[in-house]
Amino acid sequence: MSRNRDFTRVVPNIKDWPIYKLSNEKEQFAKLFIERSLEQIRLKTPNKQQLEDELVKAIYLENIRLKQNPWKVDTKEEKEFWYGLKKNLNKRTQLQTSNRDNSVFESIVEKYAYEILGNFNEKTYDFAETATAQAFNRLLNPTRLLGNYDAQDQASKRIHVMGEVDAIRKLATKGTIVLLPTHHSNLDSVLIGWALNYIGLPAFLYGAGLNLFNNRIMGYYMNRLGAYKIDRRKKNSFYLETLKTYSKLTIQRGCHTLFFPGGTRSRSGKLESKLKLGLLSTVVDAQQLNFTNPISKETANQKIFIVPLVISYHFVLEASQLIDQYLKARGKEKYFTGTDSIPSTTKFATFFRKLITSKSNLALNFGKPMDILGNLVDKETGESIGIGGKKIDIKDYFTNFGKLTQDDQRTSEYTRMLASKVSERYLSENVVLTSHLCTYAAFEILRKRHKRLDLYGLLRLPKEDRIIPYDHFMKVIDKLRNEMIEMHDAGKLVLSPYILNSNLDRFVKYGLNNAGIYHNKKTLFLTKDGNVSSEDMKLLYFYHNRMTGYGISNLF
Amino acid sequence: MSVQNVGVIGSGSFGTAMSNLLAENNEVFLYTRRQAVKEQIDQTRENRGQKVNKSIIITTNLEQVCEKCTLIFLVVDSANFRNLMETMSPYLRPSHFLIHCTKGLNYAENINAEQLDKIDRSQIRTMTEVIIEESCVVRVGVLSGPNLAKEISQHLPAGTVIASKFNEVIEAGKNALKSDRFRVYESKDVLGVELAGVLKNVLALSSGMISGLQFGENCRSLMITRGLGEMIKLSKAMGSDAQAFLGLAGIGDIIATCSSSSSRNFTVGNRLAKGDSLEQIIDSMNEVAEGVKTTKMAWKLARNYNLDTPIIDAIYGILYNKNSIENTLQNLMTHHYDIDADYLG
Repeated sequence: MSRNRDFTRVVPNIKDWPIYKLSNEKEQFAKLFIERSLEQIRLKTPNKQQLEDELVKAIYLENIRLKQNPWKVDTKEEKEFWYGLKKNLNKRTQLQTSNRDNSVFESIVEKYAYEILGNFNEKTYDFAETATAQAFNRLLNPTRLLGNYDAQDQASKRIHVMGEVDAIRKLATKGTIVLLPTHHSNLDSVLIGWALNYIGLPAFLYGAGLNLFNNRIMGYYMNRLGAYKIDRRKKNSFYLETLKTYSKLTIQRGCHTLFFPGGTRSRSGKLESKLKLGLLSTVVDAQQLNFTNPISKETANQKIFIVPLVISYHFVLEASQLIDQYLKARGKEKYFTGTDSIPSTTKFATFFRKLITSKSNLALNFGKPMDILGNLVDKETGESIGIGGKKIDIKDYFTNFGKLTQDDQRTSEYTRMLASKVSERYLSENVVLTSHLCTYAAFEILRKRHKRLDLYGLLRLPKEDRIIPYDHFMKVIDKLRNEMIEMHDAGKLVLSPYILNSNLDRFVKYGLNNAGIYHNKKTLFLTKDGNVSSEDMKLLYFYHNRMTGYGISNLF
Repeated sequence: MSVQNVGVIGSGSFGTAMSNLLAENNEVFLYTRRQAVKEQIDQTRENRGQKVNKSIIITTNLEQVCEKCTLIFLVVDSANFRNLMETMSPYLRPSHFLIHCTKGLNYAENINAEQLDKIDRSQIRTMTEVIIEESCVVRVGVLSGPNLAKEISQHLPAGTVIASKFNEVIEAGKNALKSDRFRVYESKDVLGVELAGVLKNVLALSSGMISGLQFGENCRSLMITRGLGEMIKLSKAMGSDAQAFLGLAGIGDIIATCSSSSSRNFTVGNRLAKGDSLEQIIDSMNEVAEGVKTTKMAWKLARNYNLDTPIIDAIYGILYNKNSIENTLQNLMTHHYDIDADYLG
């Protein structure tokens, strides 16, 4: 794949990083954060009755959450807080309401605000930088476990950082970067953290699922790497507004940010096509506010750059668990499901050990940078480019008959447009690995052969019916590859050099070997007679799903 | 509200009628691509049998219209729409609001439409989609409804619907058109309103034929009702909602065009039934009847989605296979389908 190289830090001194400054001015920022959150919620609940309704709802939901869905990270103090509120609520009389509601409401928002606030720590950053590099090095390189070596260098040989790295390094000094990665594994966040550091970018603010903090090792790094916490269990409007305010304010401050727009790991294995609009809308809103109501003189009119990032794996650690959850949600069959939590420390270690024994490659492809409407931007200047190469002033998107106006309805529509642009870009920036092509072909061949079976029937296909004659498999792969080379040339996807350049036998061998390489059951393998088969149809389906969305199933 | 500049692109009969309506509240720039038309209007203050409000500025300069006006109405036929957008694009900015009044569809670029006998949603473009493809403007809308140009020019009362994803576009359109003889309703269902306006032209054609053959009002009602069902089925298959078909852009427009001899599509159907050939009719009309092109698209779409659309098929056969109108309409009476309204659920 691409030859990786050395990058200098874009902003050499950590003290100049936006995220460092944010952390340094934490108290002051917290004040503004709470103030704006309260403002925002009051805007959305203009009368007392609405506020009270929301309040009662929040207290009710939080108590239920603590009872029915407790996590390790939940503190005792938190339980007391919500339980106390519930008790008071019961005692309260009509006469007492409004003033008290106000102070209760403020205390809730304050509590949420401090929970969300991240904690960037310079020392831990330096430490984590080396530690993650070493971990990845071990993870991806079997031969040099002992002795001195340059950890960064080794990791970079296995992890292929591709795409618009130079442009992004440039733009990071011209505006605020919002990185939107695809999400298939809990490893993604560590991987991205490593890659960002590797290409010399300042640390990014990262909205990490609170469940990641259940794992103490991850939690430790997350806490200090600029992670702020997102608790998906909390669905009440106070929490959601506070979270959105945080995202908006930090982007407005110029903190480079990343979040997974799919909201959670892709359960099906597909590239995300339906994105969550909540956090995404804060990006569009922040851009609007940089024009209409900037947070400081320096950040007035500051541009936000959207960068899609596609991560391609041969192997997803949690694949079995994810596809089970997906199938269960689709609902026709009872499937065993594990809990939706991050793998334990031991599991992590096991995974690392497994990886140590092989040579797995993975690719991170930084997509073309865009503005908040999805227009591509000039890689040098950051100017938006429209049809026919015309330069676009994005301020114009926020004017109404010549005047800059704030318009929530417009923002939400722009958010929808951005979301569909980003998922389109995911398809075009997706790096197709050999194993993706093999799993896709194998599953589609079996599907076609057993036309009468529905998905659930296919997944229960007896072993003897899963065998695909090698020659037929190769014929299909050949056809598929030719079609995909055309798509590659047209910029509709990115093929790994293996697929582009090696001979068919070689790349198929590599693909079969690497497909879901560390699962106990083989996703694909060659039988004794030299034919292609799978030991686990669900895994085959999971990996196959990555290539759906290109409309190529009609090739079969 | 102070007087705004509003642009109208296209000096056909509806463009002229719109300009007159808009001129009541706004400074109107009416664009025509032909110098001769400009000169003729400037001299006579008349166009297509309508008086042209004195305050309307007639121009052949697209750049000027784009520079002066934030809100622009596009009133050109679908065949020229993409071309127009290509020409206009360099002058447009994201601050523009564009509302089109075109009741037609285009094929997507880069497909060889004539050779395909089936097409799917991804192979056609509505006019708002063409605008977004060809320019940096995203705040777009569509105006559609029972708006026969002739009646509007006679100052008779009428209503219409503006659909846009953006409240501010709808507001701008409503403000510009505010009048006590023209009511504007609003909708967020852009695709639905566009498809309703487009597909109803197939019914207008068939209604014209029924008049031409003097098959009577029962027959017309039968055809309209069944035809509406086909339109809705087709639109649903293309991912739209059925609601818009019960509004002004759907039923409203159907009633107006299926019973009026001043509708172009109705006229085409009517003359076909009386024995003129399609070529003769098209040659003799100075404005485009969108329904002719639309029928072919609707037929190809229906085939792709495996829909049972006897009326669309019948009109297609008459227009493109030169089937006899009388036989075709007779055959429709023996069609196997016999469930009444089953398309809304």
